[in-house]
Amino acid sequence: MNEKRVLTGRYFMMGNVACAEGAIAAGCEFTAGYPITPATEIANRLAERLPQVGGGFFQMEDEISAIAAVIGASWAGRKAMTVTSGPGISLMLENIGFAVGVETPCVIVNVQRGAPTTGMPTVGVQGDMVQARRGSHGDYEIIALCPSSPQEMFDHTVIAFNYAETYRTPVFILSDAFVGHMREEVIIPEPEKIRTVYRKIPESGTDPQKIRGFLDEDVAPMPIFGKGFKAHVTSSCHDEYGKRNLIDISALDKFIRKLSNKILKHKEEITIVERDYEGAEIVLVSYGAVARAAATAASQARKEGIPVGTLRLITVWPFPGEEIEKMARKAKQVIVLENNLGQIYPYIKAEAAHFAEVSFLPPRLVGEIQDPEDILRKIREVSK
Amino acid sequence: MSELVHPFHRFIRPSVTHTTFCPGCGDGIVAQSILRAIDGLGMDLDDFVFVSGIGCAAWIPSPFFNADVLHTTHGRPIAFAFGIKMGLPEKKVMVVSGDGDLVAIGGNHLIQNARRNVEMVVICINNGIYGMTGGQAAPTTPMGIRTTTTPYGTVENTFNISRLVIAAGASFVACWTTFHPRQLTSSIEKAIQKKGFAFIEVFSQCPIQFGRKTGVGSAVQMMEDYKKRSISPKEAAKLSEEELRGKIVVGELVDIEKPEMLEEVKRMKNKAKGGSE
Ligand SMILES: Cc1ncc(C[n+]2csc(CCOP(=O)(O)OP(=O)(O)O)c2C)c(N)n1
Ligand code: SF4
Ligand SMILES: [Mg+2]
Repeated sequence: MNEKRVLTGRYFMMGNVACAEGAIAAGCEFTAGYPITPATEIANRLAERLPQVGGGFFQMEDEISAIAAVIGASWAGRKAMTVTSGPGISLMLENIGFAVGVETPCVIVNVQRGAPTTGMPTVGVQGDMVQARRGSHGDYEIIALCPSSPQEMFDHTVIAFNYAETYRTPVFILSDAFVGHMREEVIIPEPEKIRTVYRKIPESGTDPQKIRGFLDEDVAPMPIFGKGFKAHVTSSCHDEYGKRNLIDISALDKFIRKLSNKILKHKEEITIVERDYEGAEIVLVSYGAVARAAATAASQARKEGIPVGTLRLITVWPFPGEEIEKMARKAKQVIVLENNLGQIYPYIKAEAAHFAEVSFLPPRLVGEIQDPEDILRKIREVSK
Repeated sequence: MSELVHPFHRFIRPSVTHTTFCPGCGDGIVAQSILRAIDGLGMDLDDFVFVSGIGCAAWIPSPFFNADVLHTTHGRPIAFAFGIKMGLPEKKVMVVSGDGDLVAIGGNHLIQNARRNVEMVVICINNGIYGMTGGQAAPTTPMGIRTTTTPYGTVENTFNISRLVIAAGASFVACWTTFHPRQLTSSIEKAIQKKGFAFIEVFSQCPIQFGRKTGVGSAVQMMEDYKKRSISPKEAAKLSEEELRGKIVVGELVDIEKPEMLEEVKRMKNKAKGGSE
């Protein structure tokens, strides 16, 4: 055996398997989770592959402990990830807020399924989009990527680790059962062609009392455990040194703002979108699996002579409002497509409505991706 | 002129200027026992990572101990500690938290990791109450006691925490009270050296939220009460369940050898790499 970390080659691969391979290629060493459809294949693959390269997948007693262990491993200096679906995220939320609060790099994969509640496990929906953004209590920012193919399950997982390490924050992969279970060509590049990032840490030997390990909008070096940094890591309101402060509201204000600004200040370098709306009057805005249907419908419409373009959000959070505005200034009609009842739609509308007509097209049945024919019908309707 | 400095002052985080514990609180005795044990073993705080949950007891390592400390969410410190230990197997990982934290909201993490027999030390400070939130009943509050959420007396049976952890499979379990700081220190030393899940329950007085509100009395009265109620496992063996009610069985209750999870993980990784087990 003695397997390699990066399995360079061309494969016909399931999205979930590609996600696991992306994590391993990114240098992930510690993973923990609790079994749940439709994310199980990621866990299974990690359990098989990670020990071969010195890491591990640990099946915990629940998702609360899975994210807790991931945060612990991250503070122990390891790149770490957990994989689950909506019900698991619901259980993790308190500790996701903890990870944000003490600035812990980690990757959280949500292979979304039919919800609310236990819902319909094998069906893909985009039902947890706002939960990722707002689910834990308090004001905070998050980063989330929305892959729409098995190849992107690999690529985005690598990016997610890089973002997590760069900005010391949890990063979501918001996939769904469609993309997770889809099988397509996946190309895994040579290891040297995969860019990987590791968090900044204080210089060894730094006087522990001088380490400003928190609340820097340009990302403080992480005083990881085991290096003699004597890090005091508390999710209680704290200052740059990690010192708890539970009486001074100006400390709380700083705690909230610095954490948020750390992401917002770097929004431009975080944001990834796919623009294909040159000269278009109608622009379809979508993300994830739905973007595939949008692209098909747009190219069909163009063949019919209707100037239709697309904007695909790859990073849905932090919300790329500037990209929406830029697009809307050029468009007459904006059609938002999601596989839900309109979760990102209000955010898009708020940015676009000043410049263009904005409408929402849900799938005929939630849990189905929009039929390109239905999208075309909507395009013809608004183009009249 | 020389200044008088407490011998363990070097273990206290320099930015700490005062204690947050109420006068008479047992948490100070436990804190000192932990530091005495570490000192006794000739170890350094840098050999450890401390993890705590939420509650008064959780504030023992955070911020007092001048070491790597992760102060986590309520009930979850053992789950965080699991990840830390897997990431830093060569460090000693010690969890210090309260009875509400470890046995009520976090009970599953406690028993699951005792079952796994992951090498870590867990010190559970049992004051029989939720101290930090103002004296609400815990699963450890004796039946019939009046608390802020049980104004007519608690109507629930209580957990015997040590027995619970023994049943779950921990390889080391000891139970003491704040009346037994020397014995406690010695058990902590053993726990630190144990290759396995090492659990210590400490009955510790909360004179403010327990003593005062329930009418049990002052810190001194509570400690005298611990002394009266404490019996050895040998004595306990002669008593019926009924006779044991209200007693605290103190001592080293379990100290056994059994497969430890990190060792098993190491073997599993070798197997995965195609090497010998
Ligand atoms: C999820 C959650 N629920 C409730 C609380 C409020 N809370 C803070 S401390 C505490 C009880 C602590 O009791 P214990 O663990 O026995 O510690 P003690 O204060 O008695 O030492 C509770 C319920 C919280 N912080 N988080
Ligand atoms: S409330 Fe009780 S447990 Fe908490 S510090 Fe005061 S005496 Fe100690
Ligand atoms: Mg308590």
